[in-house]
Amino acid sequence: MAKVLIIGSGGAGLVSALSAHESGAEVIIASKTLPTRSQTSMAQGGMNAVLGEDDSIQNHIDDTFRSSAGLGDEARITFMCEKAPEAIRWCNAIGLPFSRNESGEIARRRLGGASAPRACYAQDYTGLKLLHTLYDQCLKAGITFKNERFLLNLIVDEETNRVLGATFLDIESGDVEEIRADAVILSTGGYGGLYGKHSTNSVQATGDGLAAAVRAGAKLADMEFVQFHPTALKNSSILISESARGAGGYLLNGNKERFTDELASRDIVARAIHDEIASSGAVYLDIRHLGEKFINHELPQERKLAQIYEGIDPVYELIPIKPSAHYSMGGIEVDAHCMSSVSGLFAVGECANHKTHGANRLGGNSLLELVVFGLHCGANASEYGAKHPSPALDNHQLAKDTNFVRGVMYFTNQIDFYQKQEMLANIFYNNVGLIRDDMGLKAVLGAIRQMQRELPFMGPRDKSKTCNTNLVEFIEFGNKIELSEIIVVSAISRVESRGAHYRIDAPKRNDQMFGAHTITWKEDGVLCADFIQ
Amino acid sequence: MVRLMEINVVRSAEPTEQSYNVELENVTLLTVLNHIKTKIDPTLTYSHGCRSGVCGSCAVRVNGREVLMCEYKPVNGDTVEPIRNTRVIRDLVVDSSSIERFNATAKAWSEDSLEGNISDEEAHRIETQSDCILCASCYSACPVYAVNPDFIGPFALTRVWRYVNDLRETNSDAKIAAVQTNGIWDCTLCGECVPVCPQNIAPKQDITMLRMKSSMLGYQDPNAGVSFGGGLDFGSPMF
Repeated sequence: MAKVLIIGSGGAGLVSALSAHESGAEVIIASKTLPTRSQTSMAQGGMNAVLGEDDSIQNHIDDTFRSSAGLGDEARITFMCEKAPEAIRWCNAIGLPFSRNESGEIARRRLGGASAPRACYAQDYTGLKLLHTLYDQCLKAGITFKNERFLLNLIVDEETNRVLGATFLDIESGDVEEIRADAVILSTGGYGGLYGKHSTNSVQATGDGLAAAVRAGAKLADMEFVQFHPTALKNSSILISESARGAGGYLLNGNKERFTDELASRDIVARAIHDEIASSGAVYLDIRHLGEKFINHELPQERKLAQIYEGIDPVYELIPIKPSAHYSMGGIEVDAHCMSSVSGLFAVGECANHKTHGANRLGGNSLLELVVFGLHCGANASEYGAKHPSPALDNHQLAKDTNFVRGVMYFTNQIDFYQKQEMLANIFYNNVGLIRDDMGLKAVLGAIRQMQRELPFMGPRDKSKTCNTNLVEFIEFGNKIELSEIIVVSAISRVESRGAHYRIDAPKRNDQMFGAHTITWKEDGVLCADFIQ
Repeated sequence: MVRLMEINVVRSAEPTEQSYNVELENVTLLTVLNHIKTKIDPTLTYSHGCRSGVCGSCAVRVNGREVLMCEYKPVNGDTVEPIRNTRVIRDLVVDSSSIERFNATAKAWSEDSLEGNISDEEAHRIETQSDCILCASCYSACPVYAVNPDFIGPFALTRVWRYVNDLRETNSDAKIAAVQTNGIWDCTLCGECVPVCPQNIAPKQDITMLRMKSSMLGYQDPNAGVSFGGGLDFGSPMF
């Protein structure tokens, strides 16, 4: 029986776990939180699938491919869209409580960039209800959870480029441990947390899996593509779902006038809002005309969030909004079987780049991706592990990481990393955000290189061994620094504009030079980048 | 002018109650604690995630009442302590393994769901219960744990009712068996779990529904059996 280690317990991890278990593998899920606390709980809008006669799978494929701006892989997009109806049926069969339409079918709503209403939803709690339903199924299957385990590094045999397991910090005890497995799946989520208070993401979205993957020799793809959600609350960056616009919500500028097509794809709407805030001072989302009954029924969470965080009631008032970092299109480069460039190391969900979103993701395609590719990845990892059992090789990773966790306590603390982290978030939002240019990007790169040199002069100030969240946050900061360099180098290299990557100094798309994926990796600690078809 | 606000935190190491003064106004308790951790005291330990009330990480007690830190706006003099009925790991971080344990004991999952259409009203029957974020506020407020640490408890029983009451569920009767022991009959129906739920779920009501369903299926309240079916002993060894 193959032993499959899954790292990360959001939607992608739990679907993979159920799939690997179904394929006969012994499954262990190690995660830095309780599964139901993952980023997936924050997904609101829905999950795309063509279920009715009024729409066609080809339309879904075309919309997704168009939105990807040349960086989507047609075969994989087709795979995902064709599997979508089956994915919805699977979710229904395990008990996901979908909202229903008048005829009792699974209700669908229109999200931006979609030619038809095809996002199946559960009020504005789609991600929450999916995640909890999956968790319940994992308990039913008796899957082993190791919670409060913070991923430090993957264990890789250098000679054979084969993954053997991973090392973790047991957050409660403070001990470093290793878990060996025949196959490892990373499902650790995206890196939106890098943008700090300018992100809709959970504070946990620090890209730990991507950073560990690149340290282990895996390749990353298209890291410069970060989606900005058009409508986050102005003061807190808390997400207001696209379904508010899908249901007929308007965007108004400072003069209370509409200024754009509310249902264009997210890159276009977000930039229009950015420009409008610059010229008229503010942008608002207006859902007053939808009425209290509709808002309470379809958008209950939005009303509550606007009341708590902006102090306004959207039934009667305008919602002040701004675009915020929302989704990482970039991720670990994987093949059609979800395997990375390291043998036996798989990746799925937001931490992976399945090349289904390309340069811009459509709303409703991320939950879909994690179900379709989660099912696929779990089965593949299980099969791989059964065919190629992991050799019991000696490896120094555990000793190295144990020493690191011990040694990091002696870092000098002359520089406050929380302050640097906030600075990194601000300069990223301003220079590696919606609008970029060469000078701004290079300035950020300089700041990152400086922070890399300063890391030994930072460190955790809390010296406790038990449950040291200050230590965890410092290691997360290290991961953010590791990834930020890769994102900025990728953004500097791509001297064109495409999807979410908009260069004001090169505002046109240039397929001849850049119609390819930005592949990045590290060789002996040195960052390498190339454009590869 | 922003006024100074004093927040007291019950901590796991000496000094066990610590006061912090912050100059913040009209912000959530989580924002205050983040400010303290990053600017004043990095050793202060707590859990958080989404900061928008859906991940269920940040339940604590403020002045003796359960709240989510990301939704509660503190006032001067508030005292923050960890939730109850579980082991404190450090400061406001508690052992959350009971969430897995109670949901697994209660078999709180779908056995199999039918595919056909169901009306919006029928789907609405489990809408509120499936809003649960497993923050464990109800569990902290429940007085039964003082006498029975194995009580399956409010969140897990609400979850069972969510599946039993789901029209798509093919064998909902079978789900009832798992909640007879340390389950629905151990609840005192005191209702402490209801006002503390950030998602407006009423576990007490769901437990009442599970009791009715159990009675319909022929299950009996075992406590009723002891007091009346057991020969009117009134708990006294004399009889």
